[in-house]
Amino acid sequence: MAERVLLIEDEPNIAEAIRFILGRNGCEVFVQTDGRDGLAAVARLQPDLVILDLMLPGMGGMEVLQNLRMDPATRNLPVMMLTAKGQGRDREAATRAGVSAFMTKPFANADMVSAVRALLGAS
Amino acid sequence: MPTTTLAGTRLRQRRLTMGLRQADLATRAGISASYLNLIEHNRRRIGPDVLSRLAAALGLPEAALSEGADNGLMDDLRAAAAVTGEAQAELDRIEDFAGRFPGWAGLLADLHRRTSRLARAVEALNDRMSHDPHLQASLHEMLSAASAVRSTAEILAETEDIPPEWRERFHRNLHQDSERMAVGAEALVAYLDNSGQAQETGIAAPQEELEAWLGARGWHLAEVEAGDAAALDPEIAALASGAARVLAHAWVARAVLDAKALPLEPLQAARVAARDDPATLAAQFGTDLLTVFRRIAMLPAAPEGLVICDGSGTLLFRKPVAGFALPRFGAACPLWPLFTALSRPMVPVSALVETAGAGSLRFAVRAFCQPRYPGGFGGPELREAAMLILPAGTVSTQDAVLLGSTCRVCPRTGCPARREPSIVAEAAG
Repeated sequence: MAERVLLIEDEPNIAEAIRFILGRNGCEVFVQTDGRDGLAAVARLQPDLVILDLMLPGMGGMEVLQNLRMDPATRNLPVMMLTAKGQGRDREAATRAGVSAFMTKPFANADMVSAVRALLGAS
Repeated sequence: MPTTTLAGTRLRQRRLTMGLRQADLATRAGISASYLNLIEHNRRRIGPDVLSRLAAALGLPEAALSEGADNGLMDDLRAAAAVTGEAQAELDRIEDFAGRFPGWAGLLADLHRRTSRLARAVEALNDRMSHDPHLQASLHEMLSAASAVRSTAEILAETEDIPPEWRERFHRNLHQDSERMAVGAEALVAYLDNSGQAQETGIAAPQEELEAWLGARGWHLAEVEAGDAAALDPEIAALASGAARVLAHAWVARAVLDAKALPLEPLQAARVAARDDPATLAAQFGTDLLTVFRRIAMLPAAPEGLVICDGSGTLLFRKPVAGFALPRFGAACPLWPLFTALSRPMVPVSALVETAGAGSLRFAVRAFCQPRYPGGFGGPELREAAMLILPAGTVSTQDAVLLGSTCRVCPRTGCPARREPSIVAEAAG
């Protein structure tokens, strides 16, 4: 059974590329473009991994992460956060909040696949 | 009259310039040659009596030997020692050092001044990068587009069996993102370039444009005093952004009302009798304190700085005064009396404050907050607070409020009001 990955990303073309490359690597990818909808989708879809953009409309990525970590059902759910260069302080805050891994934009597709594989393998 | 051991060096230079032998000068001044030798090599301080006799023997005013021509050098050397990390300078021998090696001392002081200038430039750039919301948003947009392009291009280049509908979709996405990057890059360049002005002035916001315009005019609008505010219209029309033009028109309209409330000549005459007390002036002219603050700060060649903020603490206007740094972006130091006044409307706040850093200075400040109710009793209370800043010199026995500009660039350690670590403190550590 394919691993379920929930991608919460408001940039449609980035989301499309990630959906394609992870889909080719055996994952079933669901996409949400808003933090609040993404959080609801976690409860509904029960994914094996969440890929979470830091800067999202509505509820931001950091708040989504904090909500996930406060909920006993998702406390240990692997979460990879997408950040951009220059967001060092946000990364520090995300680390404190319990993020599992980071991926810095722009990223190489092979790196994304490796990181996802590592997180899914460890979960 | 204070004399430093450096007077010895000056004394020696004067004597040599005049072609006098040490023994001859000693005889003329009525002291021993060996004692003069110790003085000239900064091994003995010169008492006022001996200084007077040596000056007379050289035919010079005492001030030529004793006055602090080198005080600036001493200050720079002390400042250099203060910011040095682990290496401990011998502060008790600073005058000895400057006296014996004036060239090296000058070089060290010059290097310290240059380092300080560079540090300030780095702080300003860091402040801009960290707090300029437009720049941040533009860079984020560019990075997002670049990220999409990279991933999509990699898929197209490295995947041989892409279904036709996906290939078509990715080509369309690439086209969209390349357009987006081109537009974003143009906008970013235009923003940084700002028609050739921004690189020189660093102006980033309409408020700064207004302040730059007023600053270029010496912060005074003579046309308003002459009752011809319309004469300013062409200058306002030449401001780069529409928002700055709106702010400038509003500022001029208020300046017209301020000038009517406090006409120039009566105000200047009354300031002496009122000992420059804004509350006294406000009562005398039947106006409010904020009007008095604005008028005082915007008079011809007024030395006073002025900051104005709204109820959220956002700075709406900044007329700088040398040595009192005002933040360009982000929130100011919460210890400013401006914010004390903001939390206590209609209560005058007066304080002596001292800025942070090696070249800390003292300022006498007066702050006041005026609430208004544009919607009447049922409407919101809007607050406006202002702070007049007047240099108070560096010497005072009175306790001063220790404050800074904004946490990000404030080197003050152990501050109870600190919001975030300082890059200056980090750099020093």
